[in-house]
Amino acid sequence: MKNMLTIISNALCRITGRNVLLIDLSEYVNVTSPPAVPALAQTQAQTQRQPPKPPPVSTRAPAAQLVSAQADQLDTPGTRAVVSRSFADFTSQATFDIKKCDVHRLEEGPPLKAELTREQGLRYYRIMQTVRRMELKADQLYKQKIIRGFCHLYDGQEACAVGIEAAINPSDHLITAYRAHGYTYTRGIAVKEILAELTGRRGGVAKGKGGSMHMYAPHFYGGNGIVGAQVPLGAGIALACQYQGNNQVCVALYGDGAANQGQLFESFNMAALWKLPCIFTCENNQYGMGTSVERASASTDYYKRGDFIPGIRVDGMDVLCVREAFKFAAEHCRSGKGPIVMELKTYRYHGHSMSDPGVSYRTREEIQEVRSKSDPITMLKERMLSNNMASVEEFKEIDIAIRKEVEEAAQYATSDPEPPLEELCNHIFSNDSPLEVRGTNPWARLKSVS
Amino acid sequence: MAASVRCFLRSGKNAVSALGRRGFHKSAPAAVQMMVRDALNQAMDEELERDERVFLLGEEVAQYDGAYKVSRGLWKKYGDKRIIDTPITEMGFAGIAVGAAMAGLRPICEFMTFNFSMQAIDQIINSAAKTYYMSAGFQAVPIVFRGPNGASAGVAAQHSQCFAAWYAHCPGLKVVSPWNAEDAKGLLKSAIRDDNPVVFLENELMYGVPFEMSEESQSKDFTIPIGKAKVERQGTHVSLVSHSRYVSHCLDAAVVLAKEGIECEVINLRTIRPLDVECIETSVMKTNHLVTVEGGWPQFGVGAEICARIMEGPAFNYLDAPATRVTGVDIPMPYAKILEDNSLPQIKDIIFSVKKTLNV
Repeated sequence: MKNMLTIISNALCRITGRNVLLIDLSEYVNVTSPPAVPALAQTQAQTQRQPPKPPPVSTRAPAAQLVSAQADQLDTPGTRAVVSRSFADFTSQATFDIKKCDVHRLEEGPPLKAELTREQGLRYYRIMQTVRRMELKADQLYKQKIIRGFCHLYDGQEACAVGIEAAINPSDHLITAYRAHGYTYTRGIAVKEILAELTGRRGGVAKGKGGSMHMYAPHFYGGNGIVGAQVPLGAGIALACQYQGNNQVCVALYGDGAANQGQLFESFNMAALWKLPCIFTCENNQYGMGTSVERASASTDYYKRGDFIPGIRVDGMDVLCVREAFKFAAEHCRSGKGPIVMELKTYRYHGHSMSDPGVSYRTREEIQEVRSKSDPITMLKERMLSNNMASVEEFKEIDIAIRKEVEEAAQYATSDPEPPLEELCNHIFSNDSPLEVRGTNPWARLKSVS
Repeated sequence: MAASVRCFLRSGKNAVSALGRRGFHKSAPAAVQMMVRDALNQAMDEELERDERVFLLGEEVAQYDGAYKVSRGLWKKYGDKRIIDTPITEMGFAGIAVGAAMAGLRPICEFMTFNFSMQAIDQIINSAAKTYYMSAGFQAVPIVFRGPNGASAGVAAQHSQCFAAWYAHCPGLKVVSPWNAEDAKGLLKSAIRDDNPVVFLENELMYGVPFEMSEESQSKDFTIPIGKAKVERQGTHVSLVSHSRYVSHCLDAAVVLAKEGIECEVINLRTIRPLDVECIETSVMKTNHLVTVEGGWPQFGVGAEICARIMEGPAFNYLDAPATRVTGVDIPMPYAKILEDNSLPQIKDIIFSVKKTLNV
């Protein structure tokens, strides 16, 4: 029993990031879930609804400490008392070999080794697993017809979102297309606000007015429904970073399907001309809707499609590979070298969207093979276990906690009321006096406030 | 077009001499003549100076001084950072401008003409106009899209379309269409200061037309509110409602009609969306007759919207005749001068329509 308590308390220490553990372990006997996690998944109380101001200091300062690759917090001086059971049971840090990245127009690429601390590993695991379970819950809710319209799920691609977020700062910027739930989470929105947006409730991150493809957060510009349109937007955000001299970068994501869009090449041209700090990132999950890459692109070397822009092809199923590559890319941009093109080779387990079973253009065997051999969450877990960085029980605990969090979020998302009709016409204009909006007939004069 | 220029130069001269006569008793008010392009230039210059987040991008805006010289001198004054020459990639640079607006800047995105904005229209509508609503008030997009709209002279079908109706159709956009130099300056300043996407429709044929600028308009803080029309000429028999270049045509037609005892009230819309319906209604309730005048095509156009709105409101009961729309001819713009001249509303068309509406 005491052994179990120690394990749980160790896990809690790591998950909560607290240095101090309450002394009496017996208090933890009835633990059902860890306290609210302060890291990347903290709830964004979106009280500030104003036009964007000149670059703010990161609104999530505590998260910044956790995001960057920091040494184990317990190593810092002034760390307070720890549990009676020492952490020497687990390896606190290990170095892993990661796949070499193919590079284009670069003398050298990202490093071949990645360091991972126990704390980071558990954190990446938790975040990836949360995204996984959140997407599966969305699948479930969609099949129950509680979510309607478009729903593009991200399961399988978790290492991309988590690896990128681990490499950049919360004050950096990110924009993606419609497969956006994972990024909405990693950029700081709580699961319940995401699910409530999918179910169209007032507690959703966009108050139910946006839906799956239109979720926003500080320094996260959605969620964009028009294929490819987000890429020039991302280059524009990078322009703003350069203009304001704030040393921030923008990650502009797109898929293998969007990689052939003309506006991408227009963006590449201007970004290279003006040396914009933009990390153009192709999440190549092999299929643009039902069309495989070979059938859509004359060249499937998406990392080379920037032509005069350097490029890196990354194993998008390995969170460490993604992290190291993006650290490299961010450094490239911040040092004024201009944009860079990344290709993340990844895979989605679901079809293109919930209306696509995903097996008419690929085999179930292929999906199963990726799941068994390259699943990002399994890979990380196995790495940590085989290096004695964590225990099976710890992972189980995390899983249980996440399941509970997602279940509660789903509860919220199904019980929260829909937005009130009085809000129908609001948010047309920012910072404007109230105006009248014509309803469905001439006598319907509706009110709109900013 | 030449007739209107002469007309205004004449009225300008008369105004100046009138002022001179009164000048013995007090110092003459500083009446200044300014061309529309210079008024636009001054507006941008003042706003660039006032707020360092404002910047201009577009084709030839910097080193060429602007394809129509509207941005003359700005690059020399503000440099590469604030005045940016772009490649000929509308979809790309419009998207970049929208992204920059989302991330805290206040871009002015110039289209060499609004015909080219069709390449970028997805960014204007889906990325700019709809975002504040989709994000439930989280993400504003303070951007101005500006450039010449509508017919020019001899530039043929692909370079002559009027986009007022297209953009005014969409919620989330403000659509502004100035007529004279004062409109141009005051409305552009308002548009730049507005926290929302504004489509600012200029007119190439008006760029070189000089107008008198009131003293008030010479201030660096002079703005004209978006969404308010202006009655340019008081009248009692018919309301002539127009925007942009055709306000000149309406005023000229009014002069001719006045000689026959028909007093036209001429309304300069200034803003297409939101439309100042109240101003039109007030006028129609006084004159009992409505004629709209625009350069764009008739179907689903600005005039069509005005007619529908008047029908739905209190002014309908005051109409003594159905409202009339004077519009461009429903064809792609031809090249030959005689054909082009007859593709657009002329003063005689306005006079004819007014008389038909009044049944005289």
